[in-house]
Amino acid sequence: MKPGLPYLSLITFLPLAGALVVLLLPKTQERAMKVAALGASVASLLLTFCAWTRFVPSAGMMLVERHPWIAALNVDYHVGVDGLSVAMVLLTAVITPLAMLAHWKLKENVKLFFFLFLLLETGMFGVFTALNFFHWFIYWELGLIPMFFLIKIWGHENRTYASFKFFLYTLGGSIGMLVAFGFLWMATGTFDFIELRALAANGELGRTLAEFALRWHWNPATFASVLFWATLVGFAIKVPIWPFHTWLPDAHTQAPTGGSMVLAAILLKMGVYGFLRVVLPIFPAQVAAHVDILLLLALASIVLGAFAALAQTDFKRLVAYSSVNHMGYAMLGIFATAAAAGPEMFNDKAAALNGAVLQMFNHGISSAALFFMVGVIYDRTHTRALADYGGLRKIMPIYAGILGISMFSSLGLPGLNGFVGEFLVFKGAFPVVTKTAIAATIGLVVTAVFLLQMMQKVCFGPLNEKWNGLTDMTAREQFIGAMLMFFMFWIGIYPAPLLDAANDAVMGLVKLFEVAR
Amino acid sequence: MNELVKQQWLIPFLPLVAAAVQALLPRTARKLSAGICLTAMGASCVLALRAFVGTLGHHEAERAVWNFVWFDYGTTRLELGFILDPMTAAMALMVAFVGFWIFVNATGYMSDDENFTRFFCFLSLFAAAMLGLVVANNLLMLFMCWELVGLCSYLLIGFWHFKPSAAAAMKKAFITTRIGDVGFFLGILLLSWQAGTLNLYDGGNGALEQAGALAGIPGWFGWSMATTIAMLLFIGAMGKSAQFPLHVWLPDAMEGPTPVSALIHAATMVAAGVFMVGRMFALFAADTSGLALNIVMWVGCFTALFSATIAVAQFDIKRVLAYSTCSQLGFMMMALGAGGLAPGQFHLLTHAFFKALLFLGSGCVIIGTHHEQDMRKMGGLRKYMPVTFGCYLIGMLALAGVPPFAGFWSKDEVLLVAFQRNKLAWGLATFAAFLTAFYMTRQMFMVFAGKWRGHHEPHEVPWNMWLPIAVLSVFAVGLGFFGAQYGHYLGAHGEDPHGKWIVMGLSVAVGAAGILLGWIVYGRRTMEHADEPDPLAVKLGALFTCLNRKWYVDEFYDATIIRATMLLGELWRAFDKLVIDGILHGIAWMAWGVSQVVRWVGDEFFINGGFDAGCESVRLSGREFAKFQAGRIQGYLRILCLGTVILLVIWYLK
Repeated sequence: MKPGLPYLSLITFLPLAGALVVLLLPKTQERAMKVAALGASVASLLLTFCAWTRFVPSAGMMLVERHPWIAALNVDYHVGVDGLSVAMVLLTAVITPLAMLAHWKLKENVKLFFFLFLLLETGMFGVFTALNFFHWFIYWELGLIPMFFLIKIWGHENRTYASFKFFLYTLGGSIGMLVAFGFLWMATGTFDFIELRALAANGELGRTLAEFALRWHWNPATFASVLFWATLVGFAIKVPIWPFHTWLPDAHTQAPTGGSMVLAAILLKMGVYGFLRVVLPIFPAQVAAHVDILLLLALASIVLGAFAALAQTDFKRLVAYSSVNHMGYAMLGIFATAAAAGPEMFNDKAAALNGAVLQMFNHGISSAALFFMVGVIYDRTHTRALADYGGLRKIMPIYAGILGISMFSSLGLPGLNGFVGEFLVFKGAFPVVTKTAIAATIGLVVTAVFLLQMMQKVCFGPLNEKWNGLTDMTAREQFIGAMLMFFMFWIGIYPAPLLDAANDAVMGLVKLFEVAR
Repeated sequence: MNELVKQQWLIPFLPLVAAAVQALLPRTARKLSAGICLTAMGASCVLALRAFVGTLGHHEAERAVWNFVWFDYGTTRLELGFILDPMTAAMALMVAFVGFWIFVNATGYMSDDENFTRFFCFLSLFAAAMLGLVVANNLLMLFMCWELVGLCSYLLIGFWHFKPSAAAAMKKAFITTRIGDVGFFLGILLLSWQAGTLNLYDGGNGALEQAGALAGIPGWFGWSMATTIAMLLFIGAMGKSAQFPLHVWLPDAMEGPTPVSALIHAATMVAAGVFMVGRMFALFAADTSGLALNIVMWVGCFTALFSATIAVAQFDIKRVLAYSTCSQLGFMMMALGAGGLAPGQFHLLTHAFFKALLFLGSGCVIIGTHHEQDMRKMGGLRKYMPVTFGCYLIGMLALAGVPPFAGFWSKDEVLLVAFQRNKLAWGLATFAAFLTAFYMTRQMFMVFAGKWRGHHEPHEVPWNMWLPIAVLSVFAVGLGFFGAQYGHYLGAHGEDPHGKWIVMGLSVAVGAAGILLGWIVYGRRTMEHADEPDPLAVKLGALFTCLNRKWYVDEFYDATIIRATMLLGELWRAFDKLVIDGILHGIAWMAWGVSQVVRWVGDEFFINGGFDAGCESVRLSGREFAKFQAGRIQGYLRILCLGTVILLVIWYLK
């Protein structure tokens, strides 16, 4: 690899530098803080575009930077992107500035808000680029703390409960992961994801773990299973997979608009990404062994998440539950990859996993859009109860239009992004895990029901007289909506660029499961 | 043909561009909007005509396809494609032509609406999706367009979104068809798995070209694979084409503006289900047992009769036509199920013309009577709206199956093919044809005969509204003569004359009987006042109420499926709140308890007072949070520290 700009480090640390600038600016210079924050974030976005143009899908890990760091622990500073992460880096780079822009009119605690937001962005970039557990975990936790404060300080009426639930739950999951990686490190001497993946692929990891367990007179199979579940639960909470999902509606509902956007669009993807980068490559045998229960949980997320959304009376909570449902499709695609099937199903599995990767990106776009739209209307009405709205299309046609497009993107309407991902997941999962895929289609109907019901309650019917004087979306708000809609249409009509970027890495992952068996 | 197929994409593309442009036009650009829309549609119509002429004289098995790659995945790729064959050419021409005239009519019907440009935007998008559906040589592409026509239907039913009934109807339409679409979707998945492609024709490798092989593979429920896939696809067709038991959305869809009812809910979109079954006919007919076709036939036959009975007892001018549409779609399905691909498609085409005519005619009536839809409050319109009356009469005679109007020829072929397949199905369908003639006569007398029973004096509509129905009535008269040619064009392999004269004779007889009965009940003495009871209601009593309430199907669904769904929603919401969060809170309290013990043991015995004092502030803030049952942050932090310490110790010992 020829030396070039350290793109990934620059992308990751530019927001941190921006955060320091925000911190140093005098308290009265609120506008300057906002400009600095947005500037740093947009700089990362531009660099991401540059990095994207240099990305070659077939070349494996790209833009790698690797420097010795802590020799005693055998830890390198190791970053890189491949097809599994490059779309996530792009998503982070796109959503974060839009989320900040959504808070352009913020008045309380401006400095702290934008400082935390930039810190959060660094954490998110770090999670998607770091390839060594040691600093990856720091980023993982770094994503947690700013979000905790964002909810705690700028959140809605029940913010304390929600922020603590979010923090403790996710932290609780992380502890298991930390311990599991501690053991992995003790057994193998490395924290490096790529090295661990290689060890797992050639069977070395299994042997090493077994030797390690025997030294302590533990049952090797149980030991490996415990490590697997400890890691898995940490990610499952973040995704979230049913039944680890109940922090999500509270956190999403109580967070400020930008917080909800980032939380839904990116933080949840950190969990799914964990499955792609860690769980599947490092524990392929365990995933394959437990795939039935995992598929059941994915199915529960899809179906039960959709039903629970149906019963919500709070606009934001409904959108939050839709995330449980949508992440369920991504997990269905991922677990289908691990299900027992002959080599003739290779392309089906590749379709399912490609679909899952695409679904991650798509959900990032559509959930950010929906949460943003909830924020727009909340700013005007200061209510989130669906029953309080009604007939808004009459006075806010642009709002209704953008909400409608976002809603249909989430619903999976052909021509918009959601459809392509869901179709690929189902197309791939159907031959491999037929019954689960059939049962999951219940989710498709119920999703349509709760989303259309939401649309009806917010935008249609007679106008609630209370809202007679409401103004339609401002230019700034329309700009945010337009940016998100651009991605909805682009991926809906021409998904090839994203799929091409992901496909090689996806096939590599699918191949692991042909060896694992 | 091979060159022409490469231009097929233009047919849907032009209206799509028109829709995109109009989405960005300001509300005030009404003339420009309508102009763009009509130009695009007219151009599509010319292109469709060119394609149609190109297929004339070719055998039905001759077709040209043009496939292209949408994206790659794994080691393979996903293709989409276009097709040109007689079925596509005839359908595309019908959609573009009828669509064009409905657009013209809409410029009049919607002339007062403030969202005129938005209306034409949706209408153009619909035309694009519908034409895309017709020219697709790929089941996925067909499905995508299928969903998009559903979207446009949703948007246009709810065009007057401030009406609660419209807001409810749009949702009902989308969800009911979505239920069918899940079946369709599963069919696509199964076909894609079994055939390895979703291209319909692909030089011998297409999905339909493998239908014979699929019939030899066992599928689900003991059926062959071909039948299984066909049945799944048929669920989608039932939703779209409003076949029992998924018919409930179509009558409610009449909440939309009348040109929408004419275009989407009569002529084109609702016929998409029939078109799809026709398109996939090779798959339905692949199995020698004929099971798939039999199911299609009986569903169609039942719907034809069932909806006709409901149409008899409706008072809303558009609802009568809506149930009539359900019923006629049932006829088409029955024809396909009886093995008559050509009669089914032929009836689809003639029906599109005369039903669009009737709907546009009803739109003229509604405008002419100042937005009145209740037939009891009409009457005597023959005097006030002579042109509309004349055209409507032609449409009514075509629908009633009176020779020589178009409906007679196609319905006769439908009944003939049913007669040859199954006498009972034929009998029921003939009875449905009798009811059709009856309820249309009832409507004619209630609307056009007798004296005006409304408030303001009605008036004739402007030329841009009556010209389209006049044009369509030409076809409602003349299209039947094309039929003899058409059978060959679509590929009826040597028409079987067996039973031809019996069927035709009886068909004419029941049509005449229906009209006669209609005259006896409604024509001899026309209604005097709007609040007079319906003469049929007097005779039939409770049965009439039952028919008027549509056999209580909606009430049944409300009480069962919808209530169950809502209950499930409540159940899982409560489950999250009570069970899952309950367990979480329990764990949080337990962790809090443990942390208290750890604190007591640790602080009192092992850690010196200085550290203890340092912790005091943390603990104080921690106590603050005790009232938020979420648990204790420091408890978790302690465990985290503890774990790290243990790890370090283990590492050190190693």
